Amino acid sequence: MFTPHTPQEIDEMLKVIGVDKIEDLFQSVPEKRRFPKLDIPAALTEMEVAAELNEIASANASTDDFISFLGAGAYDHYIPAAVDMLLRRGEFYTAYTPYQPEISQGTLQSIFEFQSLMTELTGMDVSNASHYDGATAAAEAANMAYHIFRGKRKKVLVSRAVNPQYRETIRAYMQGQEDVLVIGDEEESSFAEDTQKLIDKIDQDTAVVIVQYPDFFGRIIDYTKLVNIAHEFGALVTFIFNPTALGLLKPPGAFDADIAVGDGQPLGIPLSYGGPYLGIFTTKEKYIRKLAGRLVGETVDEKGNRAFVLTLTAREQHIRREKSTSNICSNQGLMALAATIYLSLLGKNGFKQVANLCYQKAHYAAEQIANLEGYDLAFKDTPFFHEFVIKTSKPVDQINLHLQNHWILGGYDLSQAYPELDHHILIAVTEKISKEDIDDFVAALEEVAHD
Amino acid sequence: MTEATIYELSQPGRRGFKFPQLDVPLSAVPEEFAREEIHLPELSEQDVIRHFTNLSQLNYAIDSGFYPLGSCTMKYNPKINEVLARLPGFANTHPLQPIVSVQGNLYLMYQLQQWLQEISGFHRVSLSPAAGAHGEFVGALIIKKYHQVNQDTKRVKILIPDSAHGTNPATSSMSGFEVIALPSDARGNVDLEALKAECDDTLAGLMLTNPNTLGLFEENVVEVIQLVHNAGGLVYGDGANLNALLGMMRPGDVGFDIMHFNLHKTFSTPHGGGGPGSGPVGVSKALAEFLPSPIVTIIEEGNDDIPPFFGFYYPEQSIGRMKAFYGHFGVHIRAYTYIAMQGPEGLRDIAEKAVLNANYLMTKVKQDYYLPYDRSCMHEFVVEGVWDEIPDVHALDICKRLMDYGFHPPTNYFPLIVHEALMIEPTETESKQTLDAFAKAMAAIAKEAREDPTLLTKAPYTTPIGRCDEVKAARDLVLCCYIPE
Repeated sequence: MFTPHTPQEIDEMLKVIGVDKIEDLFQSVPEKRRFPKLDIPAALTEMEVAAELNEIASANASTDDFISFLGAGAYDHYIPAAVDMLLRRGEFYTAYTPYQPEISQGTLQSIFEFQSLMTELTGMDVSNASHYDGATAAAEAANMAYHIFRGKRKKVLVSRAVNPQYRETIRAYMQGQEDVLVIGDEEESSFAEDTQKLIDKIDQDTAVVIVQYPDFFGRIIDYTKLVNIAHEFGALVTFIFNPTALGLLKPPGAFDADIAVGDGQPLGIPLSYGGPYLGIFTTKEKYIRKLAGRLVGETVDEKGNRAFVLTLTAREQHIRREKSTSNICSNQGLMALAATIYLSLLGKNGFKQVANLCYQKAHYAAEQIANLEGYDLAFKDTPFFHEFVIKTSKPVDQINLHLQNHWILGGYDLSQAYPELDHHILIAVTEKISKEDIDDFVAALEEVAHD
Repeated sequence: MTEATIYELSQPGRRGFKFPQLDVPLSAVPEEFAREEIHLPELSEQDVIRHFTNLSQLNYAIDSGFYPLGSCTMKYNPKINEVLARLPGFANTHPLQPIVSVQGNLYLMYQLQQWLQEISGFHRVSLSPAAGAHGEFVGALIIKKYHQVNQDTKRVKILIPDSAHGTNPATSSMSGFEVIALPSDARGNVDLEALKAECDDTLAGLMLTNPNTLGLFEENVVEVIQLVHNAGGLVYGDGANLNALLGMMRPGDVGFDIMHFNLHKTFSTPHGGGGPGSGPVGVSKALAEFLPSPIVTIIEEGNDDIPPFFGFYYPEQSIGRMKAFYGHFGVHIRAYTYIAMQGPEGLRDIAEKAVLNANYLMTKVKQDYYLPYDRSCMHEFVVEGVWDEIPDVHALDICKRLMDYGFHPPTNYFPLIVHEALMIEPTETESKQTLDAFAKAMAAIAKEAREDPTLLTKAPYTTPIGRCDEVKAARDLVLCCYIPE
């Protein structure tokens, strides 16, 4: 479909090559296996494929149809129109990794600006050009800690209040290093004591302690003591953060975190059924040589003009091969650009405003729901950001089913990942939700409690 | 030509976006957690649009010209892919929605899994890996787990040809394997004697790129795979170069056990200036239960009136979850659209034209540049970017000079087994006219190298900036904009 060759051109080209037909160029392919018949549908035209995909998309219900209170790692924020208009520029999205700086300054400078925004957001020293998502960034943090201690410290301690999918990903990533133990998130008693229990497990063999901020339940926990004790034992601490929360809350750097990672999806990236998202990875300057992924640095060209280049590339797989910290090559370039544009557009005031809107609306919703009979705010004494946990009298799946009938996407059923949190629902509220939406939600919840 | 940074353009008090006013009563933010200041730039919407538009114009891209970057398959990215991936019914679905409300997404992913299986000859495909290297990691962990489950734990080494991408050895060590490099023979194939010498009971597997990074089809592929299998190892196929094999050969049919696809190479999804990619992994029947979870499956078969009901499946011996959610769904939509528009004939046409273009260009370019492995190539070829009689001119200089002729340079200094390598992959979407113009530029540069070498060593002259001081970048390490306090 997208091959421009005319029959006459094909003949001319074959003549230059010195073969009779195109098939002759495939002689080295084992004859028995050459030219298999593929059982896939006949080609569609653009008009036909557009119709087909529209039909497939219409078999979904989206957040355009639902009022959504679902978060748990992906958040329905408003994306300003300018973000996507710029992402659609072919000069950005049809370029490759900027290996040739003379003709890639657009990509290089925007990554440099992304790095700047991420270090400012997190209060950390350095940011790389991105990882696949928040989960793989968290896993790479464990991997980097393992390399910083040259494999001598065997424990990766993970809080049970870290996103369950992130914990699974950390385990999957570390399984190649058979002597590493990923522990600390075993089911024990109440989550109120989770931080202290994790602190008690820190020892000389701990490479890194991984916590989430706000945690998976939306709670804002003071990790000062945990960081101090980890550092006393010489261990590193990784914060998994939500970027929107950092418009309002003290950043990981202010807690002296060694590594701060997060998913940048809330920064102008559509939900898109789970991807592509954006893994943010920041750390202290002293760990830069163990940092995985690409880094852009400022320099000058031969005329003395400011210029940007990929730098410290000797850390990376294409040079260091089996000795590199990670194998990462392609990352999330275009998603990092989306976050850079989003933050540039919102700026200091807009970003603080969106964080505050999320916080305030979530608190209004939590208060209204907690006032209902049959619903209690769990973790009452712990502050939260834009997600909170409600203990329900009815089973969560029954509640969510009822809400769907009102075109409301309910919260995340915590019993899926936490057997001890049966009848607990995790609710997220973003700036897209109005007071009226919350009031409708509360009314529907009241209805189902009395069913 | 340079552009100020967003921080330099910032003016205190300027705004680019406003949210609606708060419509609920105010709650206090706990003081001990409240952030004092956040130094983000302050720009108007127009400032932002101009800044990033100006930046974009400093880039070279497929949409602006020929991009023959070897092993990267920089083919045309059809525009309909972009439009359809943004349909609100796809883009605004939350990954944790009830599956009944996302049957469209699951149908599309299921169908794409089926098509990739059919195209590659593998038994089952997982769409979850986020990029090629991520797919390799999945593959290496599957090899590891397979031997573990068989209690065959002395298998610690992975063989990797010396022509392989750097991700292969990096992946193997990340997965806890010992890496052994295999030499290539005079025809650019795996050296069979060297391979035989490593085929013992410590062999976990072989990672093989076919066509390899020289652009050559591995002529002994069946025998190579047989040798590894006989020794009890598994064979991983690096699918980076699958473009040449579409409708030509199915890697699963010749015995590969595992392979990743690069949807952002073979299936036309854009590279995005370094991602997002997508690296689905296919495996043989024996390895299906090791795939990363979850995988889309039919939960209830349909009939004439009711479509099947799709959901997720968690393989029993899975290596686990390799990322949050289900992979790069937005990229899956683009690849689905592309395959749907090709059909079986279109797919074969891609491979035919990619190989035709590469051989045509190789025939022309080798008149002036040394071609170390002189045989019919597949989708790409590698020449030396250096001449004995002109020692001052290097592959890098040729690359920089090509920019002045309006072309993106080829991949350079890779593969490592070719001296001063220039790795050229034209792809199937380029016309004869473009290839002729590129060949002409290569010939002109070869002539310039002989007549006036400094013309090359000081190139480029027409680009937004000149050659950069990379030593200074690494020594002074400025990784962030100056941010005024």
